[in-house]
Amino acid sequence: MNSVALGMEKNLFRYIWRHSRGEQVVILLLVVVAQVFYFASLNLPKSIVNDGIEGKGFKNVAELPFFRVSLPLPSFLSDAGSIRLFDGVALTQWPYLVAMSCLFLVMVTVNGMFKKTINTQKGRMGERMLRRLRYELFDRILLFPNVHFRKVKAAELSGMIKDEVEPLGGFIGDAYVQPAFLGGQAMTALLFIMLQSVWLGTIVIVVLGVQAFVIPRLRRRILVLGRQRQITARQLAGRIAETVDGVHEIHTNATANYERADIAHRLGTIFVIRFQLYQRKFTAKFLNNLLAQTTPFMIYLIGGYLVLFGDMQVGAVVGVLLAYKDLPGPVKELIDWDQQRQDVQQKYEQVVEQFEPDGMLARELQMVPDGPVAPLSGEIVLSGVTVAEDSGAKSVDAVNLVAPLDRRLALVGPPGGGKETITQVMARLTPPSAGTVRIGGADLASLPESTTGARISYVGQDVYLFPVSVRDNILYGLRRRPVTPANYDEAERRARERFVSESRRAGNPDFDPADDWIDYDAAGATGPGDIDHRIVEALRAVELEEDIYQYGLRGTLDTSTRPAIAQSILAAREELHARLTDPTLASLVEPFDRARYNRNMSVAENLLFGTPIGKTFDPDNIAANPHMRAALAQVGLESELLQMGVTIAETMVELFADLPAGHPFFEQFSFIAAEDLPEFRTILSRLAGKSVADLDDAARARLAALPFRYIEARHRLGLIDAAVEERLLAARRAFAENLPADAADAIEFYDRSRYNVAATLQDNILFGRIVYGQAQGPERISALISEVLEGLGLRMAVIEVGLDYNVGVGGKRLSAIQRQKVGLARALVKRPDLLILNEATSLFDSAAQQRVLDKILDVCKGRGVIWALNRASFADRFDDVVVLQGGKVTAKGAPGDITGDKTFADLLAAG
Amino acid sequence: MSIHEEVELLKTVPIFAKIEPAKLKLLAFTSDRLTFDAGQELCHQGDIGDAMYVILGGSADVLIDSPSGPIKVAQLQRNDFVGEMAILCDIPRTATVAAHEKLTALKIPKELFFRLVAEFPQMAVEIMRELAHRVEDMNVKLTAAKAA
Repeated sequence: MNSVALGMEKNLFRYIWRHSRGEQVVILLLVVVAQVFYFASLNLPKSIVNDGIEGKGFKNVAELPFFRVSLPLPSFLSDAGSIRLFDGVALTQWPYLVAMSCLFLVMVTVNGMFKKTINTQKGRMGERMLRRLRYELFDRILLFPNVHFRKVKAAELSGMIKDEVEPLGGFIGDAYVQPAFLGGQAMTALLFIMLQSVWLGTIVIVVLGVQAFVIPRLRRRILVLGRQRQITARQLAGRIAETVDGVHEIHTNATANYERADIAHRLGTIFVIRFQLYQRKFTAKFLNNLLAQTTPFMIYLIGGYLVLFGDMQVGAVVGVLLAYKDLPGPVKELIDWDQQRQDVQQKYEQVVEQFEPDGMLARELQMVPDGPVAPLSGEIVLSGVTVAEDSGAKSVDAVNLVAPLDRRLALVGPPGGGKETITQVMARLTPPSAGTVRIGGADLASLPESTTGARISYVGQDVYLFPVSVRDNILYGLRRRPVTPANYDEAERRARERFVSESRRAGNPDFDPADDWIDYDAAGATGPGDIDHRIVEALRAVELEEDIYQYGLRGTLDTSTRPAIAQSILAAREELHARLTDPTLASLVEPFDRARYNRNMSVAENLLFGTPIGKTFDPDNIAANPHMRAALAQVGLESELLQMGVTIAETMVELFADLPAGHPFFEQFSFIAAEDLPEFRTILSRLAGKSVADLDDAARARLAALPFRYIEARHRLGLIDAAVEERLLAARRAFAENLPADAADAIEFYDRSRYNVAATLQDNILFGRIVYGQAQGPERISALISEVLEGLGLRMAVIEVGLDYNVGVGGKRLSAIQRQKVGLARALVKRPDLLILNEATSLFDSAAQQRVLDKILDVCKGRGVIWALNRASFADRFDDVVVLQGGKVTAKGAPGDITGDKTFADLLAAG
Repeated sequence: MSIHEEVELLKTVPIFAKIEPAKLKLLAFTSDRLTFDAGQELCHQGDIGDAMYVILGGSADVLIDSPSGPIKVAQLQRNDFVGEMAILCDIPRTATVAAHEKLTALKIPKELFFRLVAEFPQMAVEIMRELAHRVEDMNVKLTAAKAA
């Protein structure tokens, strides 16, 4: 392993040769052997027809030798034209025909097998090399210096690794085999021509030479264009990603058309480049073909001249022409191969140079540690640390600072005064342009990342969250090495071994993501069983626990991974319903009861009496669902529902007639969208004085769909009386009893004794509906549920489910404050020796900031905390304060001692 | 109670007296008719207000915080309305209103309230009349307090 990540091989061929020479040689040998069989099989059909069928060979003899193997040789080596390797078996005509036909079949199969093997080998080698190259490129991204990420675009990097190197995979298999093979063919043909006539041979060589000289020159411009094409396409990918990232700015500033202009211009440029490419390419092809045809022209002319006026035989000219017929094929393919070679070489260079920024990290900084990392102790010492920006301005200017790793240091100062940059220097995110940082006596820059990553936490103002669960985001800081190997059974272990050996062949590491990478010890836990408790401690310190609890209540449970929680939730359901027998609470909830109509549920929900899974019984589709319609028809409810639909439509038309379209009431209260209101008005006017039976099917369907969303307790139109309730219950039974087998998975029926997998935790506990019109009903019920869960000791179980909440891309499903809190929890859970915070609570309101600050300082008691504060007034909680202004330390000391400092006093006054 | 019965009930409330039945129906349909148990608060002094209430049944106490605990300053009956000050002036609730016994009230959200007032000046007049009564009442009490 080199101490500094070396530059990549510039030459694609050397790169390919270095990593695949063994495989290349094997494939080359296979190709040669395959040729022998191929040539041997060429003669077969002729023998079968002439000797086997027409019996030409049997005119004079009764038997012919079968499977005689002879090696054809040019006449100058042997007078006979071949040497015999095997005399064969003597056969009469019929057995000879049978044997020859079978041999033909065998040869076809053998040739096919060779082809298959060679192609498979080539493909595998190409894919291996592609895998190696992609891995190396990705590996280098992880070694880029941080400052480089200010210049590169993520989409361009991913585009290069994903798309731009892809054609290399196909080429690698042919990189050596193709030229060797085609070159051999061409040389043989050339040799034959030379033997026939030195003159003609010379002409052929001269024309080929001209071709070899002219064509690459024509291609030079093509290569330049190819490079431009690659760069413009890459920039296009980068711009598209920027458009997506900045989409809010685009909408709020109405710059969509400016973006359109930019992209259209880029596409135009790409078009011009590509069109020029085509022009050049086809011109080159034309010239190439022309030159290729010059040779026969010369052979006709000069060969003919030699026959007419010299001593050349006509046969020789024909022979040369025939030999030449075999020449253009391989030569043309060689030229194609060369073109492809230049293309991929150029692509390769283009990509590789993007992956060699200055200041790449030393590879050994990222070596996987063997075991737990020893704690840091002593102090962090900054000596003459200066950070100069590209412009030359110094955001930190010759700062000297000593901070013991068991004290709390507050950094205060005006924004941009240097406190932010100092924290980044200490977290090794910004390398100092001068000066050194030592921690516990060691140079910070030379400490392995595994040490700083384990013992130092840093949280800045922006927290990046991965699109995984809250739990995985918080535990992300503990995944530095595989701690517990994954459990495999025998078959899985063998599969894994094959996988690993293939990884090694492609130069990939053999780490297993299925291992448990979480360093439970570092978090003070013993394993997966109690790590959630450590997470909750961190969540409490940053005041995120309640939010996660709420996510848990609103989350669904994967009963296969957490069966115990499902059982506990059922216990909570029983407990809640026991409490609801209290008369003051009884009016708040109407429980699910198979035998009773629930007036606080919609008609559709009452009929289903379960949670729909997927689209089949979705509330929007339920009215048209054939099974539901059958159930309603069975109890004769269809006309009744239709009549209800008419009443609802009449009421809605009456109530909402005067409201302007788009009024919020439509969304909140109406069964009918504003734009559909006129349609219903028309239907009702057609209905005037007539029976609903006279309406057309479409109109009836529209009306019949309305009652499904009707909730008696909420909408209070008095549509559902006791008799209708009875019949709806009958329909509910008919629906459940006759449910087709293929729809059984589309609904989870309410069952008091079963956990409902499709419903949220809260709905599972409630097992009923909150009654409309009870003041603070939802609040009182939610408090009651919390009380029940608390009483049963289930709060932790709910939080466990809440921790499964997926935070979305970039954490967008959380608020900005929640993201900061998750970032802080991630920093706390690994129990660092030094916690560095850079205005990490800046989004909190002042009171919350104060509370969280106190809690975090309490959690980190006895360990080092360095906090760049956005409010100087919090500095009194720290052991030491350093005031930074203009990149320099202007005052330092205990908070009580430096109140006389003018800058500090000003900062305090500003809050 | 069905919506038709509720409209009949609303017709008897003085501030809604002049509003046409169709509009009352919309009011009944889009407003929450809430039931409060004795002691439950309709609004709490100092909170931000987003709705006013019209009492349809039962009674409520109006309480104002004082150093010696909440003081009851008024009692509300059926047809009384409360909470209009916070939404008219965008100020926090000036008093706590708690149900004295089981109470039902119509909760009119801020937006609907302004819409009704704009559409039915008669309703605005009724509210002004009530507010004027309260000022007069206040003046009487103030004079009495000064005299004492």
